[in-house]
Amino acid sequence: MAKKKKEQQTFLSVFINGLLVENPTFVLMLGMCPTLGITTQAMNGVGMGLATTFVLVFSNLFISLLRHIIPDKVRIPSYIVIIASFVTLIDLTMQAFLPDLRAALGTYIPLITVNCIIFARAESYAAKNPPLLSIADGLGMGLGFTCSITLLSMVRELFGSGTIFGLQMMPEGYQTMAIMNQVPGGFITLGLMMILVNAIRMIIQKNGRKEAVA
Amino acid sequence: MNVYLSMLIGYLLVNNYVMCQFFGICPFLGVSKKFDTALGMGMAVTFVITLASFITWLVQTFLLTPLGLDYMQTIAFILVIAVLVQVVENALKKLSYSLYQALGVYLPLITTNCVVLAVAINNITDGWNLLEATFCGCCSALGFTLALLLLACIRERLELSNMPKWMKGSPGALITAGLMAISFMGFGGLI
Repeated sequence: MAKKKKEQQTFLSVFINGLLVENPTFVLMLGMCPTLGITTQAMNGVGMGLATTFVLVFSNLFISLLRHIIPDKVRIPSYIVIIASFVTLIDLTMQAFLPDLRAALGTYIPLITVNCIIFARAESYAAKNPPLLSIADGLGMGLGFTCSITLLSMVRELFGSGTIFGLQMMPEGYQTMAIMNQVPGGFITLGLMMILVNAIRMIIQKNGRKEAVA
Repeated sequence: MNVYLSMLIGYLLVNNYVMCQFFGICPFLGVSKKFDTALGMGMAVTFVITLASFITWLVQTFLLTPLGLDYMQTIAFILVIAVLVQVVENALKKLSYSLYQALGVYLPLITTNCVVLAVAINNITDGWNLLEATFCGCCSALGFTLALLLLACIRERLELSNMPKWMKGSPGALITAGLMAISFMGFGGLI
């Protein structure tokens, strides 16, 4: 959708592009550390995703507004400082209002600063495009990230603890798979999901070039 | 001495930042296609993390804590790291051009490598002194390098094998990494 008509980018097309066509987790493979690190409970996935979306939208907006002012040579430190300010903002807000979620996410909240999705979007999108489109891009990418990590964490929670969002899903007497809550489970689940995504894309490409990429 | 030995084994094998704690996954998957590039990246990261651990500890102890600016930790540390990477890049260009050419491409990527920031923050949380913090940084970085090199070796072999088309590339690498992580769990009882 967005690729064919590059000249006429609208708010919606940029948003859809981030959400589906260039989904940060499954297509661009960015931001892998939080994707794997905190996705043992579905609630953590949602919290992490929304915190990242918040930072992404605001950093994209401000970097886009300042794109003619920041000199090219010092752009990396400048972007990082802008991003880090919003991360500190969300970190302190979460400490005050959602202390449990903040404790569950731990070091990964300050580490949103070095989440490569945010940096990559700043560098490749917000630095070249007007503010409104940059907000759309941030929103699309952020929600795309949120959806993928929520999905991943739902799968891991289902097999690792037998629940989804804390609700019992598996039948009585289900033997929980502890490995799903540990590091190997994260790698392997994401690998299997990527195989699924690749397979779906191949089928879609075969059946004529339809636009819907799931 | 015992502390340092257990730290070395701990961060190299038992608590390896990549295989056991999910940090630095992006470069781990991104630059592990070839052994040589993986080695270059590992060396650059080791250098930066060791220096960054040293400097961020000084910043925290002599600047942030006395002034009561603890909440500025993330911003201050990432700024130190970004500047450090820039300095290392410029210094290498002047001092050893051959090394600069070998590492050049990877240097800017180190800023967004989350191992660097994670080590700096954890050093403070764990309450190490200056020497311990620097040593811990060095060991963590070596652990990162070890994981990166191992995956690079496996992926070079995987390129030659006959895998289904939908499994080539990142899915294959992820599952390989998962199996590696399982084997790293075997080190769990060492300390």
